[in-house]
Amino acid sequence: MRYERPDTIQDATALLASAEANSFVLAGGTDLLVRMQNDDFEADLILDIKSIPGMDAVSQNDEGFVIGAAVPAAALSEHAALASAWPGVVEAANLIGSTQIQGRCTMVGNLCNASPAADSVPALVAAGARVRVAGPAGARDVAIIDIPTGPGKTSLQKGEIVEAVLLPHPAPRSGDAYLRFIPRTEMDIAVIGVGVYLALDEAGIVSSARIALGAVGPKVVLADEAAAAIIGTRLEQKALDALAAACSAASQPIDDKRGTVAFRKKVAGVLARRAATAAYARAGGK
Amino acid sequence: MSSIAVSTTINDDDVEFLCQPDETLLDVLRNRLGLMGSKEGCGTGDCGACSTIMDGRVVCSCLVLGAEAQGRKIETIEGMAQGSDLHPLQTKFIEHAALQCGICTPGFLIAAKALLDRNPDPTETEIRFWLAGNLCRCTGYDKIVRAVQDAAAEMRGEPA
Repeated sequence: MRYERPDTIQDATALLASAEANSFVLAGGTDLLVRMQNDDFEADLILDIKSIPGMDAVSQNDEGFVIGAAVPAAALSEHAALASAWPGVVEAANLIGSTQIQGRCTMVGNLCNASPAADSVPALVAAGARVRVAGPAGARDVAIIDIPTGPGKTSLQKGEIVEAVLLPHPAPRSGDAYLRFIPRTEMDIAVIGVGVYLALDEAGIVSSARIALGAVGPKVVLADEAAAAIIGTRLEQKALDALAAACSAASQPIDDKRGTVAFRKKVAGVLARRAATAAYARAGGK
Repeated sequence: MSSIAVSTTINDDDVEFLCQPDETLLDVLRNRLGLMGSKEGCGTGDCGACSTIMDGRVVCSCLVLGAEAQGRKIETIEGMAQGSDLHPLQTKFIEHAALQCGICTPGFLIAAKALLDRNPDPTETEIRFWLAGNLCRCTGYDKIVRAVQDAAAEMRGEPA
């Protein structure tokens, strides 16, 4: 096994492109190092991207925020402008693991680990975030929802590395929120997670929305019918009922030790109501 | 596998070591540098017994590669007391009997220090959430939380 720490993204993608099959990108390491403890883990290359300039930085440009792939979750809540613009995304990332994990874990790692229960992913999908993917042929921007393809699987090609999360500047009168259900109070894996983004028109009516569901399918679900259920409303009771029903219908979960199909479908609707209500308040709705 | 040469700073001392690419910082500290204060509990980032501070953030050293320490600033439990003068947290852990077997104690102290470095006056809830990644299987958490509260008050200069 080799450990490499390139100084440029070009060197990093070239190393990955020419490496053997078992190559792993190391940012925060909170998933990778756990896997490395397994006796049957085999790696030819561990590629540490933290010496590449920009990987550990949050910056802003005309389009929005650029969050480097190695920015730990703890740094997100310390970035006042980001936490104010996208409180739901930051809350979701801050739900991952303990203080110790927060000091290392990254949203890009959460995305590329491709767990269906990843907390930050539904929040990022709801926010309309994209990622910048660097590869041997150059960079491309990809919608978050198109990265995971199933449990532990991504659409990244050989030699490709997710460089950064791109979050747009939020629209006027918009808000986001993320809620999850866990049986404990902290440090647990989502049984259901719901991310909501919505924007209001000048009259306080929902003009656009995105609802994303986690842990209710092999990958994050963008529930268009749930969004349609609240667009054109002020989140009256009837709209919230329709939202909950649409989220339950869009959920295709499995039974496992953490929750049953019936429970997950029901709670997806309950959390969607609450998250939408929180996002509505953040958008300035009354 | 060929060894990697690493230059780092541990408890304000410049340190150089050789390690294997798959060797954790915890193993380097304990097995190569003789710093046995950081403990291995689970080895998978769940228990916090191996907590160390890296560039100001508390991390599980079992989830850090030794090679990643290059150019970083590491603080371990060995650097907490100044000579024979214990840190207020250490003193208060003893006074409150906030330990029994002691395996979790270095991790709790390091994590609590990182908290008080950021927030000198945390609420009980903030302390409990911050320390949720440190597991104790014998003392229970109440004495630990009270020791942290008491140490924080002393460090703020409030009368006992």
